[in-house]
Amino acid sequence: MGIIWNLDSMLGWIVMAVNFGSVILYGAMGEILTEKAGHLNLGVPGIMLCGGISGFAATFLYEQNTANPSGFVMLLLGLLSSIVAATLAGLIYAFLTITLKANQNVTGITLTTFGAGIAKHFGSVISAKSGSTAIRSALADEVFNAKIPFLSTNLGVVGKLLFNYGFLVYLAIILAILLQLFFNKTHQGLNLRAIGENPGTADAMGINVTGYKYAAILTGSAISGLGGFLYLVINNVQWSTALDIEGMGWLAVALVIFATWKPVNAIWGGYLFGFLSKAGAYAPTFITGIVISQHIWNMTPYIVTILVLIFVSFRMKRESRPPQALGLSYFREDR
Amino acid sequence: MPENKEAVRLRGISKTFGHVAANTNVNLSIRHGEILSLLGENGSGKTTLMNMLAGIYYPDEGEILIDDVPVQIKSPKDAFDNGIGMVHQHFKLIDVFTAAENIVLGENADRMKIDRKAVAAKIREICDKYGFDIDPDKKVYDMNVSQKQTLEIVKILYRGANILILDEPTAVLTPQESEKLFRVIRNMRDAGKAIVIITHKLQEVLSVSDRVAILRKGECVASIDTVNANEKILTEMMMGRKVDLNIERPEPVNPTKRLEIKNLTVRDREGNLALKDISFVANSGEILGIAGISGCGQKELLESVAGLAAVESGSIEYLPSDAVTPTELVGKNPKQIRELGVVLSFVPEDRLGMGLVGSMGMSENMMLKSYENGKTIFTEQKAPRELAGSIKDELEVQTPDIQTPVSRLSGGNVQKVLVGREIAAAPQVLMTAYAVRGLDINTSFTIYRLINEQKKKGVAVIFVGEDLDVLLALSDRILVLCEGRITGILDARTCTKEQVGLLMTGGTGVESNGAEQSK
Repeated sequence: MGIIWNLDSMLGWIVMAVNFGSVILYGAMGEILTEKAGHLNLGVPGIMLCGGISGFAATFLYEQNTANPSGFVMLLLGLLSSIVAATLAGLIYAFLTITLKANQNVTGITLTTFGAGIAKHFGSVISAKSGSTAIRSALADEVFNAKIPFLSTNLGVVGKLLFNYGFLVYLAIILAILLQLFFNKTHQGLNLRAIGENPGTADAMGINVTGYKYAAILTGSAISGLGGFLYLVINNVQWSTALDIEGMGWLAVALVIFATWKPVNAIWGGYLFGFLSKAGAYAPTFITGIVISQHIWNMTPYIVTILVLIFVSFRMKRESRPPQALGLSYFREDR
Repeated sequence: MPENKEAVRLRGISKTFGHVAANTNVNLSIRHGEILSLLGENGSGKTTLMNMLAGIYYPDEGEILIDDVPVQIKSPKDAFDNGIGMVHQHFKLIDVFTAAENIVLGENADRMKIDRKAVAAKIREICDKYGFDIDPDKKVYDMNVSQKQTLEIVKILYRGANILILDEPTAVLTPQESEKLFRVIRNMRDAGKAIVIITHKLQEVLSVSDRVAILRKGECVASIDTVNANEKILTEMMMGRKVDLNIERPEPVNPTKRLEIKNLTVRDREGNLALKDISFVANSGEILGIAGISGCGQKELLESVAGLAAVESGSIEYLPSDAVTPTELVGKNPKQIRELGVVLSFVPEDRLGMGLVGSMGMSENMMLKSYENGKTIFTEQKAPRELAGSIKDELEVQTPDIQTPVSRLSGGNVQKVLVGREIAAAPQVLMTAYAVRGLDINTSFTIYRLINEQKKKGVAVIFVGEDLDVLLALSDRILVLCEGRITGILDARTCTKEQVGLLMTGGTGVESNGAEQSK
């Protein structure tokens, strides 16, 4: 057994890691926002699937049915349709768990199943209509995967590593930083965290608990939905592998714990997860003399999460724990 | 005394929950620059009434006037807007937040960004004005109860409260901390705030308040100036009849050694030393009171005798009345201890957490102690049902039915169910922890009577208490714990409150009563 160095392969791996990591990062940011309001939404994979299929359907159908599709309209359509669909899916979850106080775990899991069904159904409907299984939107690929001119091509390795992505990848970093500032520096962020920790206290301080919860879950769902659409973007806006979004969604839920509910940690954590989730494809090119099953490699993000969970619980740091009221419905009359 | 300006007037306030009337036609006024005590038994509607001012509940009938203007208080936010702030019995704080973060929660700020410097400055200003001591950057989970309470009060002052309601503020404080609290309460009164203290401790009412309003069964029955009141008058108004306020203390009859603890060392669940090398004897027919600031090893002491805590070293020897040789209890689990014929009745501190199952009725809770008695594969239900019925009648437990979940009963009634069940086991050793915590006078005296009955039957009673007056009146001997060590064992008939208080804080000014101890 030996290890061989291969620069091109490593560069490809890192670029893939950042792309896939950003998908997970969007999912995790939405989930962090939701969990800070005290709601564990296991429907994230379903919401990401809804965002993905909706964004894909809008861009694909627009390109198919318009003589001269415009890049700008394409941009708006892709973003808005995935955000709207994901928000609607989040609304189902929010209404059931906030207003009807349904069990959050059951509702979330159901939503994931529902989202997978929706994506499968509409995916096959669109495929059937266009008479091909390899459907894709070429213009959307062009718009969303537009690289930064000059920087991405003329800086050698640095350009390939740092400037070789679509704008959604950079937007994810900005969003994560903004979220972190929101939680720690603003009144609204403090109020939201208080709700996730102890809604009774927040209520007694005059905070509108229900309003905050709806806002957090709907915004969180919208952000997660963008992750679903980004998955299609990094796969050149073709539908064939889109149902794998679900796996990305579960990684996003794991990433929330890995990042200890801090959006900025989720940036590098997301890239690490992306790196590990692509290990099956790239790691064997660096290793000679022994064959390790791809499935073993695919397990690594989860194994790392388990290790981190063990590590975090050893440290017993209060700030690294989940919001205290996570998963619990809030009834004002309960004392 | 010049009449102060009226801050709040309640007119004809009524509130019902289901079929139960919590408040009926209550009329009450609260004045600026005055400390009003709201006195009443458990379930007399004190907290419900104040929750209507704090916006937690909304009255079914009646009118609230603030500074002579009728107002609607529909939410805690409305209460804050009207200058009303309430410190609830169970603190409403976020553990992982700092003091300052808890204070600015829910504030209507002009800017999104939190101005931490300005907040800290405003907190300091409030602290300086009234004599509070608080660190804005300290996390709540690092605070003790007294600091948390201070934070609660500063929190509502920060929100501009002029009318402060404190629900049983001294329930969890040591006597010293209570005194400190009363000092700042008086400072706030002198600054013109209107203050309401909900309590059932008569001594406190008399020492801190200017006026007392008495609630009985949801109605405001009287309001008198404290200068005209004494314990007897207040109790009679509260109960509606004459009450004997003396705790009985029969002489121990033929005390013999029942439980001998030698060099016991116990660690708590976090691995810290909770008990350090303690030795004492508990005699039959005697009440051994245990005094100490809460968290000084009382819980671990009772748990190690009951077989619930892991003993690191030392021995616990138990000598039942019909045996000659003692039995070692260390190393046995609670079930083994029972099977050996060792009967320990244990009333835990957290009565609904450890003692009873809240969602079960009285009779099912009785079964928790007898579920192994049946002969068939089905549970034996008749005996527990009869026991539940007799406890309900004898101890006057207020419950619609013995099948009603105990979590729906008031605190006093829950306590009666628990004590009744433990005593029904005909124990040789009865251990109780904070048996009267949160109970009103009437129920407390019922509990004292039950404990005394056991003592007369020759039971060795270990009574962990927090009210020193009660400990001194009820116990035969008082063992004082301080940080897991015994700082003294005193004769309760001769020692004073000050002596015990000093030992509680670790002082060694008093000789321990060796003659009693070595008997």
